[in-house]
Amino acid sequence: MKAFTVHQGVVAPMDRANIDTDMIIPKQFLKSIKRSGFGPNLFDELRYLDEGQPDADNSGRPLNPDFVLNQPRYAGASVLLARENFGCGSSREHAPWALEDFGFRAIIAPSYADIFYNNSFKNGLLPIVLDEETVDRLFKETEANEGYQLTVDLENQKVVTPSGEEIAFEVDDFRRHCLLNGLDDIGLTLQDADEIKAYEEKRRASSPWLFA
Amino acid sequence: MAGKTLYDKLWDQHVVKTREDGTALIYIDRQLLHEVTSPQAFEGLRIAGRKPWRLDANLATPDHNVPTTVLERKSGIEGIQDPVSRIQVKTLDDNCDHFGINEFKMADKRQGIVHVVGPEQGATLPGMTVVCGDSHTATHGAFAALAHGIGTSEVEHVLATQCLIQRKMKNLLIKVDGELGKGITGKDVVLHVIGVIGTAGGNGCAMEFGGSAIRSMSMEGRMTMCNMAIEAGARVGMVAFDEITAEYVKGRPFAPKADQWEQAVAAWSDLKSDDDAEFDKVVEIRAEDIKPQVTWGTSPEMVTTVDGTVPTLEDAEDDVERSGFTRAYEYMGLKPGQKITDIKLDRVFIGSCTNSRIEDLRAAAEVAKGRKVADSLIQALVVPGSGLVKAQAEEEGLDKVFEEAGFEWREPGCSMCLAMNADKLGSGEHCASTSNRNFEGRQGYGGRTHLVSPAMAAAAAIAGHFVDVREF
Ligand code: SF4
Repeated sequence: MKAFTVHQGVVAPMDRANIDTDMIIPKQFLKSIKRSGFGPNLFDELRYLDEGQPDADNSGRPLNPDFVLNQPRYAGASVLLARENFGCGSSREHAPWALEDFGFRAIIAPSYADIFYNNSFKNGLLPIVLDEETVDRLFKETEANEGYQLTVDLENQKVVTPSGEEIAFEVDDFRRHCLLNGLDDIGLTLQDADEIKAYEEKRRASSPWLFA
Repeated sequence: MAGKTLYDKLWDQHVVKTREDGTALIYIDRQLLHEVTSPQAFEGLRIAGRKPWRLDANLATPDHNVPTTVLERKSGIEGIQDPVSRIQVKTLDDNCDHFGINEFKMADKRQGIVHVVGPEQGATLPGMTVVCGDSHTATHGAFAALAHGIGTSEVEHVLATQCLIQRKMKNLLIKVDGELGKGITGKDVVLHVIGVIGTAGGNGCAMEFGGSAIRSMSMEGRMTMCNMAIEAGARVGMVAFDEITAEYVKGRPFAPKADQWEQAVAAWSDLKSDDDAEFDKVVEIRAEDIKPQVTWGTSPEMVTTVDGTVPTLEDAEDDVERSGFTRAYEYMGLKPGQKITDIKLDRVFIGSCTNSRIEDLRAAAEVAKGRKVADSLIQALVVPGSGLVKAQAEEEGLDKVFEEAGFEWREPGCSMCLAMNADKLGSGEHCASTSNRNFEGRQGYGGRTHLVSPAMAAAAAIAGHFVDVREF
């Protein structure tokens, strides 16, 4: 998992509540044998005017010009601004996989669905909770200023606006620690590598037949 | 202080570290891999630039998607008709080649259903922790191993760290004492158990099967029982180590060799619950009470005896069960009070990780010998669990017995157990199946599954409807 310390990027505003995981990545793409490559089909039904198929070439598909990510001013966006209950619906880990694969590193919204919130941390994507009023203000600033960027500082738990305003946010210590250090469950377990090796040596001595 | 259960012992032996939040890092001795739940795990390793922690702890084989006809198998992976299946099987090969994991590929004689292959190779051994991205991993607990199914993220976690983060479960003992009647198998016992405790009866528990009926049961029968522990809600099923276990394991390719054998058996001999061990729950069952079982509904707990009837709404315990019954009558096309022996069958499937081992095939062949599959049947399939089971059966002439009776003799794989390949039920068709799940659509869209033992399935194929194998 990529570590997350400080990130600065263009903000894309998705002015809609209850964005569910089906919208984030529709079901036909779950047949994939991969965990990567979902980026081109992120928000597939909102983003294109036709129905997407797994493994199909998306380059010639008609784009929905009204969709926020298709607007040139938001090209290269890496911070997603959204409304409440983002990521509701199924538990598919494909949702954060798709957001991350597209290039998003952080999301800012007033609230998230639990499972999505959890899954995001496992995949190097930082979901930030800010109060509704602040989110609303950020929407206005983003829309008013082309190329609007935010700086997300996880170390110091703050979002910094172009004018230098600092907005504090909360995040659970343990998750913050994992993300700052790029540790997923596996990374964490590997911190105990010496203990695993010691156990393994003991086991090799007592049950040599378990080792080829 | 009270003694330890088998589960307590296996757990204690595998704790690498206990964490403050009550979770423990558990060491995994064996991981089995198949094509459906492993691709994203391997992909994860690749993206993170990680390597498998210990190659020799892993063993892979494709099973869910592989075709079972000689014709489709002949041209290898390229011959697999369904493109999605083809890619999944090919991906497993590529991943195993890339990472250096031992795989029995589709054309290998040793290929088969992971839960048949592991024990058959001695890759499942007493005292091990065994995991696989598949809920029926409980099967391996028959060897006094701690075995459970895991998700794809956990498959990756085990590949990378050889460990799993776990919380300890509760201890549940299913004690089956007495002598099983003629024609009664592990399948009947476990279906009976599920009927008694329900599909949630084992939730949060490691389920040990004990008692004199289990002690005298073959390894095949024990595997069938542990396989279906998950159908009773338990992620783990287990049977204590004994002579029968040792006898089965001895001489298998991955089993301890000459000098280590004695040492291993000595270590394994303690793999049983102490006499004074305390279980959180004990369910006692009398072996003599068990008759041949047939499921009538869409959950394994909707089970009755072959001489019984489809239950009526009055038999339901509460409103939730009543509405479940009503939905099941509708889906299964059955009437309350209807005799089980009156259910007409369209197909018969003998196979799956529950019942596709040599003993299962022998039991079915014994019934089929010299008889003919009913004309009313569309298809009767026999799908051995592995290439080696197939070879053994052919050596004993069982394939001929089946073919002469009108059964189709297939190549090994999961096949009609979950219909991920071409072997499927048509909508509305009734099937006597030796598999483990009778959920709606499990064996094909609209298909109606009745779970039974191999001998019961063979007898049903001959009669065209369910019959009591004890009188057959
Ligand atoms: S035979 Fe059926 S239950 Fe067993 S592993 Fe295959 S699909 Fe799963």
